[in-house]
Amino acid sequence: MRIELVRRAEHSRLMVWASPLLAVAITLVIAVGIFAAMGADPLEALYIFFVEPLTAGWSLQELVVKAIPITLIAIGLSLCYMSNTWNIGAEGQFTAGAILGSLFPIVFPGWTGPLVLPAMLLFGILGGMLYAAIPALLKIRFGANEILTSLMLVYVAQLLLDWIVRGPWRNPDGYGFPESRVFDASAQMPLLVDGGRMHIGLVFVFVAVLVVWFTMGRTLTGFQIRVLGQAPRAGAFAGFSQNRMVLFTFLVSGGLAGLAGIMEVAGPIGQLRPSISPGYGFTAIIVAFLGRLHPVGILIAGFVLALTYLGGEAAQVALGMSDKVMRVFQGLLLFLVLACDTLIYYRVRLVRPVADPLGGAVHGRG
Amino acid sequence: MSGAVEQVRAGEREARVRPDAAPLLEAVGITKIFGALKANDGIDLAIRPGEIHALLGENGAGKSTLVKILYGALQPTAGEIRWNGEPVRIASPAAARRLGIGMVFQHFSLFDALTVAENIALAVPPRESRAALAAEIETVSAEYGLPLNPRSIVADLSVGERQRVEIVRCLLQKPRLIIMDEPTSVLTPQEANDLFSTLDVLVAGGVSVLYISHRLEEVKQICHHATILRHGKVVGECDPQKETAARLASLMVGADIRALSGEHRSLPDAPVRLAVTDLSLPPPHPFAVALDHVGLELRAGEILGIAGVAGNGQDELFGAISGERRSERSDAVTIDGRPCGTRGITARRRLGAAFVPEERLGHGAVPRMRLSENVVLTRHATDGTLRRSGVIDRLSSRGIVDRVTKLFDVRKGTPDPEATALSGGNLQKFVVGREIDRKPGILVVCQPTWGVDAGAAAVIRQALIDLARSGSAILVISQDLDEILELSDRIAVISKGRLSEPRPTAELTREEIGLMMGGVGEGGHAH
Repeated sequence: MRIELVRRAEHSRLMVWASPLLAVAITLVIAVGIFAAMGADPLEALYIFFVEPLTAGWSLQELVVKAIPITLIAIGLSLCYMSNTWNIGAEGQFTAGAILGSLFPIVFPGWTGPLVLPAMLLFGILGGMLYAAIPALLKIRFGANEILTSLMLVYVAQLLLDWIVRGPWRNPDGYGFPESRVFDASAQMPLLVDGGRMHIGLVFVFVAVLVVWFTMGRTLTGFQIRVLGQAPRAGAFAGFSQNRMVLFTFLVSGGLAGLAGIMEVAGPIGQLRPSISPGYGFTAIIVAFLGRLHPVGILIAGFVLALTYLGGEAAQVALGMSDKVMRVFQGLLLFLVLACDTLIYYRVRLVRPVADPLGGAVHGRG
Repeated sequence: MSGAVEQVRAGEREARVRPDAAPLLEAVGITKIFGALKANDGIDLAIRPGEIHALLGENGAGKSTLVKILYGALQPTAGEIRWNGEPVRIASPAAARRLGIGMVFQHFSLFDALTVAENIALAVPPRESRAALAAEIETVSAEYGLPLNPRSIVADLSVGERQRVEIVRCLLQKPRLIIMDEPTSVLTPQEANDLFSTLDVLVAGGVSVLYISHRLEEVKQICHHATILRHGKVVGECDPQKETAARLASLMVGADIRALSGEHRSLPDAPVRLAVTDLSLPPPHPFAVALDHVGLELRAGEILGIAGVAGNGQDELFGAISGERRSERSDAVTIDGRPCGTRGITARRRLGAAFVPEERLGHGAVPRMRLSENVVLTRHATDGTLRRSGVIDRLSSRGIVDRVTKLFDVRKGTPDPEATALSGGNLQKFVVGREIDRKPGILVVCQPTWGVDAGAAAVIRQALIDLARSGSAILVISQDLDEILELSDRIAVISKGRLSEPRPTAELTREEIGLMMGGVGEGGHAH
């Protein structure tokens, strides 16, 4: 018996939606195995990991707080990936946006008022865009592989952040702790619910979802992205420039990552610290693919991945499990989504060996 | 044996008589069902020893399916194959080779970086030594008139020579039946003649050949017998020497193909619409061809044909004229008197030019996009109705799809399918129709009827002629010499990136063009 993949004439619309669900289901099955191997009661662990975070009001708010940056970054990345450009460095652009956006509350703490926050958000976007422009320009000018350059720039940005909060931007009244001063109230994201942590960043997420949805479905810009991603030669034939598209998608995804970065430090964190993200920029890659590179899918997938963060924390507390378990699930999920996506264009066929009258048993060929 | 080759080559081919013998291979009631499609429906075929048996049919008639079954790559749903009268089951290509069935594919499977001998060594059972194999290759190639140096690197060989490698590789397995899939589609007329001589030697030695081809003239010339397929069924068997090409074609398509209206014209006074002047471009990648001082003038109302063997700069010339690759000099390309050599394809489209590339899928159309989206691909800049402030008007693009569908009889399962769901011929009608629907002033089209069935080819060629009669200028780049001769008012030949001076079709013979295609005679010329 042999398993064969047979190409479908048209792609399967059912599998477009079923593939991520299948991937989540297989991930859960493997999760049971992992929990059992670690000596925990699999059902209890599953409950703590994936259900309990949804049962309390505060943790639902926390889910939104985590989903905001992941989703926003993933929406930007989806444009890159659809155009066949590989920005892996959103974590760095997130950090760059956070640093540049923090310029006002840290360097000019005396400036307060309603204009501070918009200025910070703008500079956050600008920081992410500038940082994303580096790998884009390197690719256009020198043909440098953007996967490598964008990824390596992540570590540069993180070290820059580390140095800046220990050095020039350290809080003068902070007893030497490596942190910036706490942002003024006017430099912080307004909350959606009093006393919670859920902030208006959620609005930006919905705006981004709607804008990208419309852009991809209806406009010539979205059409260019899809054409260049699916058939570069046809894109050139249509008169679309691959280089311009590389720059455009890097700027958009970098800008959204930068916005997510400044909203994170102006929101839940409230100051700059050596570490401001538990890997949101990398998790967003998983979200983009789990969400089918479609804005609505990404919105849903963003909440699913946010749940793994909360579940990971809960399992750490309740079961004493390492937070690396959460990382394992995230990696498994990405792996399985990509594997299941094969089923969109191929179907599985079982082939039985047929007897060859002249030789031994051979497999039928198709 | 090379004497025998010379003899055959020297003499005119005499009338062929089908050998009177029991069949070597017989297919009885072969049926193959794919889902809802009956690709083969009760096909009977008998190939006698020592005959060249033509298998004729349009695209989608079931030829490939039948050949794959005979070569063991597919299993029939029903029916029987007999070899020397004995029922056999051909479970795999390896089993077919063990029986004595060899195949020469349309697309070669050779490693460019290896030598001829190394390529052959990969495919045949191991010999005592490399030297023994090389000697064997030399013997076989001399015996069958297939001159070949075992030590040549394949990358340096011409297309005809590469095909010889494939044939020698096949012959080393001592086949009794050789299946050839469109063997002359990539050859110059001279190379094709050499191939026919080899076939003559083969059948003289008792080997049978199953010969698949679209080209009716050559089938008439070399085949003993023909079986014609349509819609998966055998619709006729005949002696092709006794039939006219028109009769064979009408058997294939099931209707009389209408003759094209329009004769070759000479238009020395018409205004020049497209001019290419002293255009030289380095090769874009190591396997491409450099354009070498190319020049041409294309006048209103005329069709200029560019003949040539594949890989002599056709793609590069198309890219340079379309603007996918820009030139250094603005006046290298002018459209209606306006220089645009340094401008891109969108600017050239806005000047009234339209383009149809050779590759339908991936170049002329995005495979996984709907036809309405593929309309936007080439017309987003020239059709104001297709977009309003950056937003695509889907109604308008669907309207264009409907117009093209009606005008060119594009057959499709749903109103707006993905491009990849269309058959090759229908997609080609769509891709050509999409541009003609614009009524362009200049149309540059590469391989307009490549792999398209006879009916669709006639529709496309007539549309090109009609467009030219309406005052547009058309440049046809094609490897199909029959097509060039049929369509063109003037003909130029491209060889190694150089373009010959265009000459009126009436002044040229097939042989002259063939020699120029091989790079002999009138070479390139500079302005």
